[in-house]
Amino acid sequence: MTSSTTKLMSGNEAIARGAYEAGVIVGTAYPGTPSTEILEQLSRFPGLRAHWAPNEKVALEVGIGASLAGARVLVAMKHVGVNVAADPLMTLSYTGVGGGLLLVSADDPGMHSSQNEQDNRHYARLAKIPLLEPSDSQEARDFVIAGLELSERFDTPVLLRTTTRISHSRSLVKTGVRNEIDRKGFQKDPAKYVMIPGYARRRRPLVEKRLAGLRREAERSPLNRTEGEGTARGFICSGITYQYVKEALPGERILKLGFSYPLPEKMIRDFAATVKEIIVVEELDPFLEEQIRALLPGVPVTGKQLFPAIGELSVNLIRRGTAGEGSVASGDPPETTELPARPPLLCPGCPHRGVFYVLRKLKLTVPGDIGCYTLGALPPLKALHTCICMGSGIGIAVGMERADPAAAASTVAVIGDSTFFHSGITPLVDLVYSGSRTTVLILDNRTTAMTGHQDHPGTGVTLQGATRPPIDIEALCRAVGVRRVFTADPLQLRELESLIKKELTAGEPSVIIAQRPCVLLGRTPSAPLRIDAQKCRDCGLCLALGCPALSRFGDCASIDPLLCNGCGLCSQVCRHGAIGATIPEEGDSN
Amino acid sequence: MTAIKKTDLLIAGVGGQGTLLTGKIIAAAAQEEGYDVKTSETHGMAQRGGSVVIHVRIADRVCAPLVPKGEADFLLAFEKLEALRFLPWLSPEGMVVVNCQEIKPLPVLIGVSTYPEGVAGRLRARSRRVIPVDAAQMEPVRRHPRTANVLLLGILARQLGLPQESWRRAISRSLPPHHHRINQEAFDAGWSFQPARQ
Ligand SMILES: Cc1ncc(C[n+]2csc(CCOP(=O)(O)OP(=O)(O)O)c2C)c(N)n1
Repeated sequence: MTSSTTKLMSGNEAIARGAYEAGVIVGTAYPGTPSTEILEQLSRFPGLRAHWAPNEKVALEVGIGASLAGARVLVAMKHVGVNVAADPLMTLSYTGVGGGLLLVSADDPGMHSSQNEQDNRHYARLAKIPLLEPSDSQEARDFVIAGLELSERFDTPVLLRTTTRISHSRSLVKTGVRNEIDRKGFQKDPAKYVMIPGYARRRRPLVEKRLAGLRREAERSPLNRTEGEGTARGFICSGITYQYVKEALPGERILKLGFSYPLPEKMIRDFAATVKEIIVVEELDPFLEEQIRALLPGVPVTGKQLFPAIGELSVNLIRRGTAGEGSVASGDPPETTELPARPPLLCPGCPHRGVFYVLRKLKLTVPGDIGCYTLGALPPLKALHTCICMGSGIGIAVGMERADPAAAASTVAVIGDSTFFHSGITPLVDLVYSGSRTTVLILDNRTTAMTGHQDHPGTGVTLQGATRPPIDIEALCRAVGVRRVFTADPLQLRELESLIKKELTAGEPSVIIAQRPCVLLGRTPSAPLRIDAQKCRDCGLCLALGCPALSRFGDCASIDPLLCNGCGLCSQVCRHGAIGATIPEEGDSN
Repeated sequence: MTAIKKTDLLIAGVGGQGTLLTGKIIAAAAQEEGYDVKTSETHGMAQRGGSVVIHVRIADRVCAPLVPKGEADFLLAFEKLEALRFLPWLSPEGMVVVNCQEIKPLPVLIGVSTYPEGVAGRLRARSRRVIPVDAAQMEPVRRHPRTANVLLLGILARQLGLPQESWRRAISRSLPPHHHRINQEAFDAGWSFQPARQ
């Protein structure tokens, strides 16, 4: 039976499809743009067990367990997630796998939705494992299948690296059918799986041997190929840049590397022998360029002299970089536009807004974390002062207090609920153990809102909608030794403010759980509020909430009834009693 | 397969306006006709009222998923400020279909910036073919405000050269069944829209 069909798929859908066809039975991930849809898509296929792990390290460890138990496994995360999972990854390289294990790293050049743009191809080199870089959705599907085979043949985890333009672009994909794989089961083999120094030293040379074998494989792999004509110059591309070069310079000679670590050295030398000059086109770091230059002494090799190392490349940047006008290494000039920006916002009715309003009013120092609530850093709230990585806020608050013990009275760490389960518990343990007194605010909106509302251990709901015992954050905080734990409603400003003030001077650690579900979770909204123009003094206090439903209209504030969902924050903030419930118009039946 | 030449377009809007869905419908219609098609999205921020843009490229063979700046044949904008923001992508011969809606971004709401004036004029200064549409005032959208994007798509679709039947199939493939009828109505209203003579 052949049932090949062609479908328009995003790179992420295609990765999930490839995993399904390759017989993957376990999928794990922690959400993170641009990787999130991979697991969401995977969970829709029959015969697969997919679940959200609390963080990327656990996701990979679960993946390792499933692989050792003989299953084919896909583990997905955004680029910075690999930092969290790097510890198991480095040693997994030594142990090797059972069933094939593919780790997808979705990188984000240009930082469309990330805190940095690290180039995760370096991880392949660091871990000495193969690296695959698809250039469209079809390759995303194909490379997943090829990668899982490679993983089993060479007893290695495989890194598949996408970028935002691969993960979030749609293109046509020819699909096939699922190939069920017989699962062998865990083979006890301490010398392979127990990495004590004595055993690890014995595995170490095998890693080098495997790398040499992979290099030979890269020479033969259909994922690497040459095309085009011409002897003047040859382009070496990986990932999306292949598409940019093909469009900018049709017909040019290209060595396309889909299997880009370890490098097919002979193939590159042979390619270089047919052209006068090599131009390496890659986004972010000169990862290929530096290796290729070392490989080809005497051959002119350029790359980052022509194209920026910062942000994404584009067809236009390739055209300009190769037009002989010299370097465009600084990238596209930043948009010089006088147009007002349209940044993402805390939604009308967002429970985070109340918290940041109070924190700003109290002029506190607020080490923060990553999630929707990071938007509390932007004007007009401007009440979040650090954001480094997930889980960092509490540790930073502890550090500020270590540096200046008086800081505890004016510092509050904020962290979201999903982020708390991801990596906030250990620093809370440190807060108690280090004898700190800082107050922690857990912004519990009952979801992972930022990445599109995934459930997490605190909601107890799984990716498939099953229910598990939800973790009680209050009890958990008490269990690690915090005695002062309170739950408050972030939309009751006065109560929240007095609670925070009290806890700042409590002389011991406190946790305040600001709990109210994300407004996008489908709760029925309250009726919109309205402003009484007679009473409004145009003082602008309500506008300081940064609510999209509120604006200045003439010499009075006004509420957009289509956006307002009646959260009531503005009426609490107004000192003139000008904001209240809508008076139903005559004939208005609701 | 109808013969259209290579077509590049941008769909610009504000999170929540149905930009992603519109891109999906266009891609599905092109696929119905046997073209190669690629789209590129920026989500992440889509739900929180940020600006959203989708690139759609249709041809016999498409390479890059992004339309190079200055090369878009069409700009479909669901909001006026977003039309201006993505105008640099339009080719000199390109056409703009722009919704007359204004959604004030935060800097305007809190009074640190002002909403640009004379948007239509600025669009016309760059393109001879600008179709401004007050979608909210058109019949099917008055009843179903969320179909504005599909009505505007109908207006654009008329210019793209793909047969009406492919659009019908694309709409039913891209939307859940209980939304088919109202969206098809909105699409048809756009398809038969007569732009005012300028
Ligand atoms: C290591 C790592 N993994 C994933 C992400 C992507 N990410 C950013 S914030 C976030 C979680 C936000 O959820 P929560 O803490 O509940 O805050 P909310 O958005 O709901 O306010 C995720 C998954 C990241 N930035 N870093």
